[in-house]
Amino acid sequence: MSDIVERTLTALPGLFLQSQPGGGPAAAKTPFSSRLGGLVRGVTALSSKHEEEKLIQQELSSLKATVSAPTTTLKMMKECMVRLMYCEMLGYDASFGYIHAIKLAQQGNLLEKRVGYLAVSLFLHESHELLLLLVNTVVKDLQSTNLVEVCMALTIVSQIFPREMIPAVLPLIEDKLQHSKEIIRRKAVLALYKFHLIAPNQVQHIHIKFRKALCDRDVGVMAASLHIYLRMIKENSSGYKDLTGSFVTILKQVVGGKLPVDFNYHSVPAPWLQIQLLRILGLLGKDDQRTSELMYDVLDESLRRAELNHNVTYAILFECVHTVYSIYPKSELLEKAAKCIGKFVLSPKINLKYLGLKALTCVVQQDPSLALQHQMTIIECLDHPDPIIKRETLELLYRITNSQNVTVIVQKMLEYLHQSKEEYIIVNLVGKIAELAEKYAPDNVWFIQTMNAVFSVGGDVMHPDIPSNFLRLLAEGFDDEMEEQQLRLYAVQSYLSLLDMENVFYPQKFLQVMSWVLGEYSYLLDTEKPEDVIKRLYKLLMSDSISSETKAWLIAAVTKLTAQAQASDTVERVIQEFTVSLDTCIRQHTFELKHLRENVEVMKSLLPVNKSCEDMVVDASLSFLDGYVAEGLSQGAAPYKPHHQRQEEKLSQEKVLNFEPYGLSFSSSGFTGRQSPAGISLGSDISGNSAEAGLKETNSLKLEGVKKLWGKEGYLPQKESAAGDGAEAPPLPPEVSPSENIDQAAAKRTQAQVLAPSKEEKEKQLLASSLFVGLGSESTVSLLGKPDVISHKFRRKSKVKAAKSGEAASTHNLTCSSLNSLSHVAYEENDYLTALQDGEDTESKDLPLGPELSDSESLSELPLAEKVSDCSLSALSLFADSDMEIFQPPSSAAASLTRDIASASCFLEETAGDMCSGRMEVCSDETVSVSSYKLWKDDCLLMVWSVTSKSGSQLKGADLDIFPAQNFKISEQRGCCLPVMEAGSTKNFQYSLQMEKPFTEENLSGFVNYQMVDTHSVQLEFSVNLSLLDFIRPLKISTEDFGKLWLSFANDVKQNIKISEPQAALPSALKMLQQKLRLHVVDIQGNEGLLACRLLPSTSSLLHCRVHADGLALWFRSSCPALPDYLSYQCQKVMMVGPGI
Amino acid sequence: MAMQFMLLFSRQGKLRLQKWYVPLSDKEKKKITRELVQTVLARKPKMCSFLEWRDLKIVYKRYASLYFCCAIEDQDNELITLEIIHRYVELLDKYFGSVCELDIIFNFEKAYFILDEFLLGGEVQETSKKNVLKAIEQADLLQENRIRITARVSMGGLRKNLY
Repeated sequence: MSDIVERTLTALPGLFLQSQPGGGPAAAKTPFSSRLGGLVRGVTALSSKHEEEKLIQQELSSLKATVSAPTTTLKMMKECMVRLMYCEMLGYDASFGYIHAIKLAQQGNLLEKRVGYLAVSLFLHESHELLLLLVNTVVKDLQSTNLVEVCMALTIVSQIFPREMIPAVLPLIEDKLQHSKEIIRRKAVLALYKFHLIAPNQVQHIHIKFRKALCDRDVGVMAASLHIYLRMIKENSSGYKDLTGSFVTILKQVVGGKLPVDFNYHSVPAPWLQIQLLRILGLLGKDDQRTSELMYDVLDESLRRAELNHNVTYAILFECVHTVYSIYPKSELLEKAAKCIGKFVLSPKINLKYLGLKALTCVVQQDPSLALQHQMTIIECLDHPDPIIKRETLELLYRITNSQNVTVIVQKMLEYLHQSKEEYIIVNLVGKIAELAEKYAPDNVWFIQTMNAVFSVGGDVMHPDIPSNFLRLLAEGFDDEMEEQQLRLYAVQSYLSLLDMENVFYPQKFLQVMSWVLGEYSYLLDTEKPEDVIKRLYKLLMSDSISSETKAWLIAAVTKLTAQAQASDTVERVIQEFTVSLDTCIRQHTFELKHLRENVEVMKSLLPVNKSCEDMVVDASLSFLDGYVAEGLSQGAAPYKPHHQRQEEKLSQEKVLNFEPYGLSFSSSGFTGRQSPAGISLGSDISGNSAEAGLKETNSLKLEGVKKLWGKEGYLPQKESAAGDGAEAPPLPPEVSPSENIDQAAAKRTQAQVLAPSKEEKEKQLLASSLFVGLGSESTVSLLGKPDVISHKFRRKSKVKAAKSGEAASTHNLTCSSLNSLSHVAYEENDYLTALQDGEDTESKDLPLGPELSDSESLSELPLAEKVSDCSLSALSLFADSDMEIFQPPSSAAASLTRDIASASCFLEETAGDMCSGRMEVCSDETVSVSSYKLWKDDCLLMVWSVTSKSGSQLKGADLDIFPAQNFKISEQRGCCLPVMEAGSTKNFQYSLQMEKPFTEENLSGFVNYQMVDTHSVQLEFSVNLSLLDFIRPLKISTEDFGKLWLSFANDVKQNIKISEPQAALPSALKMLQQKLRLHVVDIQGNEGLLACRLLPSTSSLLHCRVHADGLALWFRSSCPALPDYLSYQCQKVMMVGPGI
Repeated sequence: MAMQFMLLFSRQGKLRLQKWYVPLSDKEKKKITRELVQTVLARKPKMCSFLEWRDLKIVYKRYASLYFCCAIEDQDNELITLEIIHRYVELLDKYFGSVCELDIIFNFEKAYFILDEFLLGGEVQETSKKNVLKAIEQADLLQENRIRITARVSMGGLRKNLY
């Protein structure tokens, strides 16, 4: 009986009607195919893998001989290919036959060709070099008059084709779109789809032809074109909104049964087509009410029609539900879709139940009440024997977690975690648990225990952010200082008891976390001396199972503790042991420890207690090295050049286009070479997470009420929490008034549920109420009484919040910086300050535009500034105030100054709205003075030079020329030349400038030729400094556009800037960026600000800035690769100078 | 939407057909095959036909002694993938006439031809059963003597060995 069952396919009634044209006996087969038969039988008969290997190797060597023999006919070759495919399927290498497969496709008759193509498609992959040899064959076959050959060629192209050879076949395939046979058209469309996938820009020009395919009279061709549309709409839905109507019409026809019966599948009309269309509609209608309205009807009909109780109708329903929830909502449809989800969830069929859960997971955040409706089913699924159902349920629970149900949900997740072995699942789940624990932890004990479980199970596979975030949370603390100390203390105690257990091994990452925490917070213990902790660390250090990275962490911890301990033998032993370590890093750390120990005072000041979050002042300019550098230079050493400069020089030597024109910027901006942007950011990074600066009183701590909750068998969360509950308090009745105990009580109840199956139903309800607490209306969770909102335990300090995602300082830095920084500390503060001050001084000199720019800019951007009409005077007076040193009016200039004021105001009236800089003399001699100013027009930078005769006499034939500069596009604006003033004693020249290539600062030079009435012509040279900022304009966009642009830009630079008062930083920082860099403030949300600007003519750049504890995190994006770098440099410059200057 | 790969293997874990729609190294393919065959064979009959595996969804179904196993992306529709498998089995059945594992073992290249007419590059190419078979017949007609191993009588003994 089983024989028959095995032989026939169970689910196929009604398909056996067509009887077989009786298969002949095996003996009648051709000798070739019997070879495959023989091989198959031979392999099957073998009992061991070893024998199989022997047989196949034999077979392969005989095949190798056959395929390379010249006498082998193509017919034999075809047979050989089949056997080779078989050997490859069994996992043996048959690469010697690949070239013959290509040959067979090339030379064989139709049948041989077919096998040859098949072998190629199975053997080779897209980037295989042999594939190039196939191109010719494909081209030939595409041109064949035999339809079967054309089909084969199209089939292979749709499967694998070398990207770089697409142009060779593209025109041929395009032609096939007009072929009379629908099968050819269909395959051509699919080949183009393949091209679209691997090289989208190569088929861009034929998008219009896809539209033709969409309107093809053959359903198959139309359906094939939907693959392309789905993909293209996924990439850019807004470009295809006009097709919505067509898709809706097609779907209406399909649903209405207007297609040929051939396309029915179990009497459902074209289900694949329907699903494809539903997906397309979902993408088109997303966040678009108008487009969505077009499809409400057809969606409604689809939901209504899919009533047949067959898998395929459920597939369509599922897709419908998905679409209904992704488009602009319509309550009527949502209601129906929700009902559908109910059908899935409640179905006895496990596949449908799974999809029901999946659908719930998708929509639960939009509609949490749905989860409440099905809570009992969800509870059942939580203990389902099939792990995949459990997992999907956990995923669903993860989405509805809040502070009230977190304990139960995390416990369920941990249970699942302990059962699963697959790394992917572990990594995923551990990340989720850590996230939930940090967000919603009800108390310290629970949090530390949960994180212990995370670290022990997740161990070395988990995402590195998890330990990093955890340590940061501990270090930075949160609002309640008491709680914060308790948490740290509990962590220390829990780790000590973990380490006291014999024969338990923890993952390295966990040990690293432990050693950092013990090093930082052991001082909180009053029962144990630092010496005791050091002993434990020493024991770990001597263990074989510890990696050298962990050892470095451990030694760092020992070093910190040594500062608190009196003379300790253990430290002595550590030093003895590891100063001879082969690992240089460990050896270095040990030596540092050794030398620090010799000077207790220095050590204590270097390693103060509980200062891991204090800002570390780092001398970013490394000024303490100045003496050394000077000495080196005096001995003839070459001056240091920063990386980008070296690169630039190298590039210019190679006569390659220079894309990073930092060039002049640093020397002229007053920074020394070593103070490159990179250097600054490094400095601020270090300061963010290093430990040793300053001193502060520490709080004493309380130890009462803390229990050891750790058994001898290692960490067992269920057991422990049960034990903990039992020891601390009698079991709570379910009616207990809501408090922090709810979750513990609930957790307890879940355990009780396992223990007492007789009360199963009731228990499930209890579990449900604990799981779904906080969702939807209160009445549904009556079992627990009124749900109370438990405040988040670990509400981070506001300044800390920002730090979480940004400049993720690696945990390694935490220790290493604390050790590395030892060497810097001695030189710190005073030098740093002077360096900074120096920087400021030079800065203000070298940035003549700074102040004027800010004030004049404020007119356009800030409402609080003066009116435009006041601008001329205020701009000038400010300019005169602050830049006296630079702008020194010539001796006889008293008169001309007034003229200047007059003329400046005149210009301003003309160019109302545009900002202008103060006038600045660029060169002069006895008779004339040339001054210039910049007019920051909206579309260009307008430079105006005016040549003024000092004596007031007539200027004759004055001419001005600008030397061509590679980075600018310069055009003279003769047309709008300003009127000659003061009887020709002043002549103005205007040039509009565009930036060709971004730069930081660049000189523009030229000369003036003039002739006075009575003298010969004189030439005067001048130059002006132009900065990138002269070409930056605010980009006024909406927050939404910002978001879109942000995603579309690939060039990315992040930067941390340390600023003095982080609290009030954002407004002042934004103001400064707005004023000095001309960035447009798009939006401010909490401690984050969005800014946008464009570099003339039209390169936009976006800036996202966020204030955190240590300063300002800037994140630039732009379409231009170099721009973010430049902008970030400019930002640093203005930020370092500070608002006061 | 596209399928990532399709595997056919027997209850004993022997691979019968493999079609990869994403470029992977041979080593990777072997590893995936080994892991998946193991996982799927370990599943109990009443369990769900879907599996999460790495970042992919595996949809599998057993027909007699053969497991059909497809990998799709997470946002794809699992149920319709099951129907793809079913449609493929229907096509095989129609072509071979009540297909059995032996047909596929001895004529695996035919099974590939049918698959390639039905799915192309991981996407459903033709949903009409009639059209798929017509395309196959057309190509087959060129073959004078279609070789078919349906000699079930003579293979009665062999079958025992096969399983």
